[in-house]
Amino acid sequence: MKVFDGLQFRRGTSPIHRLDPRTKFVMSCLIFIQAFMFTEFFYLIVLFLAQLPLVALAQVHRQWTRSLRGGLLLILLIFFTNLIVGVVSNDFQLTSDALTYSTAMSLRFVVLMTSFSLFFLTTSPDDLGLALEQSHIPYEFCFAFTTAVRFVPVLAREAQTIMDAQRSRGLELEKGGFMKRIRNYIPILIPLIVSAIRRSLELAEAMETRAFGATKHRTSLHTLQIEGRDVITLALCVVVLAFTIYTRLYLPIPDIRIPVPAT
Amino acid sequence: MIEVDQVSYTYPAGTQALQDISVTIPEGDFVAIMGENGAGKTTLIKHFNGILKPERGRVRVDGVDTKDASVAELSRTIGLVFQNPDHQLFSETVEEEIAFGLRNFGFPEDEVAQRIDWTLRLLNLTQYRQTSPFLLSGGERKRVALATVLAWNPKTLVIDEPTIGQDYRQKERLRQFFAELRGQGRTVVFVTHDVEFVADCDPRVLLMYRGQILADGSAQQVLTNPEITAKASILLPQIAQLFHQLQDLGFPHEVLTVQEAKGLLEPVLPRGEAHEGL
Repeated sequence: MKVFDGLQFRRGTSPIHRLDPRTKFVMSCLIFIQAFMFTEFFYLIVLFLAQLPLVALAQVHRQWTRSLRGGLLLILLIFFTNLIVGVVSNDFQLTSDALTYSTAMSLRFVVLMTSFSLFFLTTSPDDLGLALEQSHIPYEFCFAFTTAVRFVPVLAREAQTIMDAQRSRGLELEKGGFMKRIRNYIPILIPLIVSAIRRSLELAEAMETRAFGATKHRTSLHTLQIEGRDVITLALCVVVLAFTIYTRLYLPIPDIRIPVPAT
Repeated sequence: MIEVDQVSYTYPAGTQALQDISVTIPEGDFVAIMGENGAGKTTLIKHFNGILKPERGRVRVDGVDTKDASVAELSRTIGLVFQNPDHQLFSETVEEEIAFGLRNFGFPEDEVAQRIDWTLRLLNLTQYRQTSPFLLSGGERKRVALATVLAWNPKTLVIDEPTIGQDYRQKERLRQFFAELRGQGRTVVFVTHDVEFVADCDPRVLLMYRGQILADGSAQQVLTNPEITAKASILLPQIAQLFHQLQDLGFPHEVLTVQEAKGLLEPVLPRGEAHEGL
């Protein structure tokens, strides 16, 4: 459940927190696009290093490292899947290529996770909803989306309680073969899904009793305003994107490799 | 026997839920844990079967440190029933739900069947044997949750908020049921906010306040003491309130049950026509 820590918003006043959510969204998308444009180890390192100052600036390094630790299993999975495929397709020889490529792919995942967590850690669900509304997305969808985001930590907590309750009934999650272990999760998933559905029905009723959707045109007390710092950040993003495309097309990228450890 | 020795616990998010708590629950004891929301009641009982391990100090169950045993092992002797039945019900029928724990603990199939019969009868659930637990009412689901734990007959039963969603008759049944369990020499621990239920049951009361134990004594000692209960944000039971206010008239103030109250009031009330209606 630690992965979710990296998505849970905490109020803050850092420069990143103060950016317009739309600006932050563009920033995250930019990192996303860059990460997918390159498979070269060198560029992914550059990208990763470029993110670190942002994380530090937002003062969310603690939650960020926690979510990375939570995602460790996935990172390792990506690493080893790529490595195994690389080794098998190369007559069962461990090559420097395969090793570099798998490391690069894992690093790419870390970069993606970081851009995601940077966005969600510094953007309050309310701001997110406002950003969607002001992008002319129907209010019902905005509401559904922000509610979903808001309920992630609630669901995570609930999953923990359910796990505790079933363990108290003698369920041993880590016991048994592969299939048994998967089946062990049924007693956890069913209550989780059922209570999520039950809760959403209750929420819908509670919203209707408070006249949700009674007025067609909603106005907001708070509105988002693109300010000077947003314009500067967006301009920077455009420059970086242009430079990235130029690099991709015309510049040679230094070839960094991980040597195969001597046996 | 549960021994809690100088236990402190802080949740990962930073709230300190238990502060240097020590308490011993001997075999056959009957204990109500009370206190305001967030006092640490649920955190404390989650230490009994090892779901939470103490940060400092230690918890021993029959001499075994909970750090050295799995939750499943400890749960065989300490049956913990969670507050919200929806956090554990998942089977297609009530029968299957009860069988789940029994099979986890490796009971042979014929005994599983016997124990299901026994538990269903004990908790008046026989007519729901083939019903889906999701179709039952809140109070019934709560009893099914209790049944699922009771089925393997743990030596100690720990129940979080057993009276929520139960009508008066079910509460009375629950009280009798607790008395039966005590008669069999079982240890029963329950967490509750229901002062009237506690006054009826007359257990040992552990009153918690901000992660510490504020009072530990008989229901009569704890629930008739307005200073202590006020601090723990608990209202005195109505009989206790009444006698607290009648103190000036020379009544004792440590009165908790209707029977005691009747015994004290009957001799002094005038018997006249005006009171025939009573």
